[in-house]
Amino acid sequence: MKPGTLSKALKSGAIWGFIVLELIFFSIAGEYLSLSDKAFMDWENMLLLLKQSAPIGIIAMGMTIVMINGNIDLSVGATYAIAAIVLLESMTWPIFAGLGDMVIPVAWLLALLVGTCLGALNGLIVWKTGVDAFIVTLGSMLGFRGIVFMFNGENPTSHLNWTLVDFAEAEFLSLATASWFLLAVTLVIWFVMAKTVHGRNAYAIGDNREAAVNAGIRVGPHMMVNFAIIGFLAALSAVVFYSESGSVNPNDGQLYELWVITAVVLGGTKITGGAGSVIGTFGGVIAIQLLRKGLGHIGADTSTVNLVIGLILIVVLILDRQLNVKGKEELKV
Amino acid sequence: MATLTKQQIGTVLAKQGILIAFAVFMVAFTLANSKFISVDNLFSVVRSSAILGVMALGVTFVVISGNLDLSVGSMMSFSTIVVLDLHDQIGPALAIPAMFAMTLSLGAFIGFLVGYLRLNSLIVTLGMLSAIHGLTLTYSGGQNMDIADKEGTWFSVFGQGSALGIPVPILIFVALAALLGVVLAKTPFGRKVYAVGGNGTAATFSGIRRARTVFACYIISAFCVATAGLIQASRSLGSQNTVGQGLELEVLAAVILGGASLLGGSGTIFKTVIGVLILGFIQNGLLLIGLQFYVQFVVTWVIIILAVWLDIAAKRGKLLSSIA
Repeated sequence: MKPGTLSKALKSGAIWGFIVLELIFFSIAGEYLSLSDKAFMDWENMLLLLKQSAPIGIIAMGMTIVMINGNIDLSVGATYAIAAIVLLESMTWPIFAGLGDMVIPVAWLLALLVGTCLGALNGLIVWKTGVDAFIVTLGSMLGFRGIVFMFNGENPTSHLNWTLVDFAEAEFLSLATASWFLLAVTLVIWFVMAKTVHGRNAYAIGDNREAAVNAGIRVGPHMMVNFAIIGFLAALSAVVFYSESGSVNPNDGQLYELWVITAVVLGGTKITGGAGSVIGTFGGVIAIQLLRKGLGHIGADTSTVNLVIGLILIVVLILDRQLNVKGKEELKV
Repeated sequence: MATLTKQQIGTVLAKQGILIAFAVFMVAFTLANSKFISVDNLFSVVRSSAILGVMALGVTFVVISGNLDLSVGSMMSFSTIVVLDLHDQIGPALAIPAMFAMTLSLGAFIGFLVGYLRLNSLIVTLGMLSAIHGLTLTYSGGQNMDIADKEGTWFSVFGQGSALGIPVPILIFVALAALLGVVLAKTPFGRKVYAVGGNGTAATFSGIRRARTVFACYIISAFCVATAGLIQASRSLGSQNTVGQGLELEVLAAVILGGASLLGGSGTIFKTVIGVLILGFIQNGLLLIGLQFYVQFVVTWVIIILAVWLDIAAKRGKLLSSIA
């Protein structure tokens, strides 16, 4: 066995081990502490869990690419809110009045287009100005949120289209629409990252940008595409969620970026870029949702959830450090 | 002195760009509305910027040392809630030092993780953002915190009082800025902070204890946060659990606007103060010319990116990045 193989296996499997631990813990603890008679590992409950993971999960897939690329996107929460408002508003616009239910695909496309453009705008700025993605998206997080308010004032936007609600609440093979979207996005992004040139380039750029440039990869356009993808996915997440709920507040999606980054980091993606996996991120998303649901199941409130997730993130970081081959770091100290 | 070349002018413009932009702003807003430059208005802007400003002073240290602190918003909520709760239980004279001790120990915890264990500061403080928020909610039981006797307490002096006609929050902000400015610019410790952020490896080899320096920066940051929490608590004498939510990013925006690099090693207290004032005056100016408060978000976005872009462009000598 090559050195490092064990630690690598431990790391990539860690998130699934953690999920199993969570399931066991909450099942046992639930027997004694839960107010409801239902078991935690109830089939219905697990399906619901998958559905509830969808909004964060869909965005997290985009964040995985962007972070493997060595960038970060803090503006996803605001993009999410803009897309939601575009979706709900555009269905009431007079120009689309004659379309009947055909307004739905038009509104979807419009919302997705807006999300993609906003993401691409971030990417373009990162590419052309050379300003760090953290700063660019920190700025656009504020800017996009400002646009939401300018668009919408401070009131919620509501529009219920029953055909759309039926679609969003539909179940196929006992999985909800949102779950299907999450699974499909995971599959597509996994394929892109594992099997295509674009995916390999993403790892190469995150690992060593200079080397990637020298190897002839067009780093700028590549990063822009990835930002467009995360913008698209933030919009898709909004579209899926708000089709069902039909009402959006201008502050919706706030702190989503933090939840998403937490899920991606738990899933083993390096914040410095060059390493990470889509499947790991999926595990991270499930682990977080399981924790929220599980703690709720045994009667803990949101404060405990926040506390526990924050501490777990730090513990994961410490463990990750211990498991890493230390050679490179030792030289620095 | 030789004649200035075009590029030198460009460099000067970019280096002092933030001050020039500030001056242009002030003139433009004054022309648009003469009330803008009145003493009352200037005071009210600085007073409302004081809380953000005090936090930004501490974060400047952290950023110069090459790290980030995303937990200052939650930590500020925590200190506000704690001091309000302890005020009624053990009295203000004991509540304030107790709150400072608790906040500083949170800062010490982060400093230990980032400094001594060398963990990534972005993720650590992201985790602490969530954890401290949870801690605050647990502490308060999710309830808003209010002081029982709002009229009869001297505690309100930090947020509402004034001395020599100047509001106390401004005095605290100015005093702390002066103190920390001297510490950063004139003491060996300040030079260590720059050294650690500029090149950690080189600093280590020249005998600077990196871990200890980073640790101290987080302690300073926590101290500033506690001070901001004190001002906030004293100003409102009651508070929600989420009072500081989102402030971490605004604080960071002010620090970046002041020209500190996220890579570490550059930035000054004076420039951070300018960054804070620009944010405050933009907000105020836009309101005065009759725009909604949220327009400032969009304006801030444009300004942050332009400021950092010009800074980088001056360093590399051309406007667009060379990324293919």
